[in-house]
Amino acid sequence: MHEWALAEAVITAARQIAEKEKLKEVKEVIIKIGELQQVEEDILRFALSQLKPANFKNAEFHIAKAETTLKCRVCGHTWLFKKQKLDEATAEAIHFVPEVAHAYIKCPKCGSPDFEITEGRGVWLENIKGVR
Amino acid sequence: MDPRTSVINERLRRIGRIIAVSSGKGGVGKSLVATTLALTLARRGCKVGLFDLDFTSPSTHLIMGVKNVQPKEDKGIVPPVVKGLAYMSLVYFSGDQAAPLRGTDVSNALIELLSVTQWGELDFLVIDMPPGISDAVLDLIRLVKRIEFLIVTTSSLLAFETVKKQVSLLQDLKVPIIGVVENMKMNTSKRIQQGTEKLGAKFLAGIPYDPKVEGAIGDVAKLLDTTLAQKIREVAASNIT
Repeated sequence: MHEWALAEAVITAARQIAEKEKLKEVKEVIIKIGELQQVEEDILRFALSQLKPANFKNAEFHIAKAETTLKCRVCGHTWLFKKQKLDEATAEAIHFVPEVAHAYIKCPKCGSPDFEITEGRGVWLENIKGVR
Repeated sequence: MDPRTSVINERLRRIGRIIAVSSGKGGVGKSLVATTLALTLARRGCKVGLFDLDFTSPSTHLIMGVKNVQPKEDKGIVPPVVKGLAYMSLVYFSGDQAAPLRGTDVSNALIELLSVTQWGELDFLVIDMPPGISDAVLDLIRLVKRIEFLIVTTSSLLAFETVKKQVSLLQDLKVPIIGVVENMKMNTSKRIQQGTEKLGAKFLAGIPYDPKVEGAIGDVAKLLDTTLAQKIREVAASNIT
């Protein structure tokens, strides 16, 4: 239920934006989840529905998934995370803290662990829409 | 936007004081002081957490001899209780593997752990910081509103030179400094004490070099029987609790 903590962060951030933008009612929350963190969408969605405050009552949560792209800082090679074969324990460690990927994944071309997560790291709040 | 930062102070809301044990340079005994301080406060009857944020060189798990424990998942990550402390470290996830992290990766991992760790109610959270004035230090200052610093140095002027920079930065940012401890002291010189006071910071203690400390690594009972622990108890009694 690590997703619960991430859902709480999304709701807290969305509430802060709604307050700043003086939105009386929030209609739409757009979230992007990066493949690297392997967030369970169903659990995230359930947690969001349980945590949403009164002015989010009719809000729709749109969750888009983003592929994870990794780029080697040594040789410049770019590759997709989904092509990595990871055991369950490693996948779980990366689920909790995506940066530990650097301890387990190496560039398939030159073997360096010095790579950049260029896209698709974790949970991102893209936008919220509502009425004033 | 990154939603994680908005929830960090909520996660830390039920913690009395947040003490970052920091140093200008590595190798001055920062992790030993942080661990001993956390253990000392816990043995004084306080509820204490220890958070190892020295991601590239974590060592508090070795100091306490932590083996075969993992955090639990419950609406986030709940740190296990180790030697009487709620204990969190990246080693739960990275294991013995080297985690070669760049500055932005350190920031991201730090924000992740701060936003998902459920500490619950604590009197103190002691943080073992990475040395220097790195991204992690700046992030902590930015994200953790009630943070206070305890700075560790040795008698070396080289170590103290970096402390000067750190104290100056913290003073500019109006971050409270509990004080400076001089660790592994092998002389009676008051040079570090006078230098600290000149900076407008409090000199907390000179901790004599104790050869028993190295043999106490991995054994909390032995660690708490060292001169280091004796001095930290005095610091805790007169400056922290």
